[in-house]
Amino acid sequence: MDWLYVLMPIAGVKIFWPGLVILGVGVGVIGGFFGMGGAWMVTPGLNILGFPMAFAIGTDIAHMAGKSLISTMRHGKFGNVDYKLGLVMLVGTVVGFEVGAQMIMWLERIGIVGPVVRWMYLVLLALIAWMVFADIAKKRRKEREAIAAGREVDKLATGIEWHKSLHKIRIPPMVHFHTAQITCTAWLPILVSFFTGWLAGILGIGGGLIRMPALIYLVGCPTHVAVGTDLFEVAISGLYGAASYTWKGRTELVAAIIMLVGAAVGAQVGSVATKYIKGYGIRVVFGLAVIGCFISVLLKLIPTYVPSFYHIADVSATILILGLVAAMSIYITVKMVQGAAAEVAAKKAKS
Amino acid sequence: MGSLVRRLSIVLTGLWLSAGSAFAAGGGDAAPIVIVADSRKLTGIMAWWANLYNESHFYFTLLTIILIPLVGVIFGLLADLVMHFIGIDLEHRDLAEH
Repeated sequence: MDWLYVLMPIAGVKIFWPGLVILGVGVGVIGGFFGMGGAWMVTPGLNILGFPMAFAIGTDIAHMAGKSLISTMRHGKFGNVDYKLGLVMLVGTVVGFEVGAQMIMWLERIGIVGPVVRWMYLVLLALIAWMVFADIAKKRRKEREAIAAGREVDKLATGIEWHKSLHKIRIPPMVHFHTAQITCTAWLPILVSFFTGWLAGILGIGGGLIRMPALIYLVGCPTHVAVGTDLFEVAISGLYGAASYTWKGRTELVAAIIMLVGAAVGAQVGSVATKYIKGYGIRVVFGLAVIGCFISVLLKLIPTYVPSFYHIADVSATILILGLVAAMSIYITVKMVQGAAAEVAAKKAKS
Repeated sequence: MGSLVRRLSIVLTGLWLSAGSAFAAGGGDAAPIVIVADSRKLTGIMAWWANLYNESHFYFTLLTIILIPLVGVIFGLLADLVMHFIGIDLEHRDLAEH
């Protein structure tokens, strides 16, 4: 069975390559569907496969850049990417990320970086999960009220509508984003991306997990455009991150390419699945993913206060993350296959 | 004159080396960790890749950031072909809701 293992030229470890392909497929599906890189899922997976931690992050970011590019290409063809909005937000993201990274250095100097980052991450995840499910509950309430009043249910209705208040701010320059179909002050996406970039810099994550809901609830993008535009940003920032980590000698390109084989298929499946699942369906699954991430971070935090729980908490967090990746990617794939089968059948019936 | 120059150069070299030793003994800056790829067990392109890593991080980085998008685009186009072959419409999305 030696052929199932490949010697990584830089890290010098033998890795079970089908494991890399499977991991690539899983995160490709989820990334293409939600519009995020998914570093919080890949890094523990790579670690389990035997990657030294020093190489896990760099390799993850390298594969993330390629995978997000594939998803962006697909979403672009569906008209889900607002390139203008993506480029405007990139400015805020980069500046915010650097400010966040500098703040981390400062927290490191005063010796409180670990607890601050973990607790901040937890609060943020709780806030995102609350926002997503409050939004869904509010939308359902609106629908029930419409039905009770005998009115037609508005298919474009949304629950939380903070973006409507933010769009009323008329500080020049005002910009129209064609694909997202929003007109607002240019400062709104710049400030939102600065804030999400700053958070990503502090938390040491790519930012898709924060930027996707921010694009929906603060900037006012439709869910599909938020997913596509976020992926465009992840692709560019991922490439920058890959260059940075590779320069430091922490990227195993061979592993990243093997993962890309799986991710290419997964990213297509995830992106195409957005064709068959309604915007609010995406938000529900995203909310569940955030809750999963919240629990895994909580499990990693427990040993800080109860050291004897280290092993059990570590194993539980890993099982939870990989279980979540498997369950979500299977769900999305099934939905995609069902939708595609119905589409092909409808085409045949027409002809 | 020649011996004076030689003696002077020996003294200066000694001073320079002792300054370095004194700095190291005092702690100094921590040396960055250098990871070296072991290319002895590798052959062909893998060995070339590992050697490139050892010789120049600049070229290694340059090739990596060229190869990642290139491989991504190639795999993306291949997957596109497969999807078209299955019969999925990859140009339109009917659902237009938030």
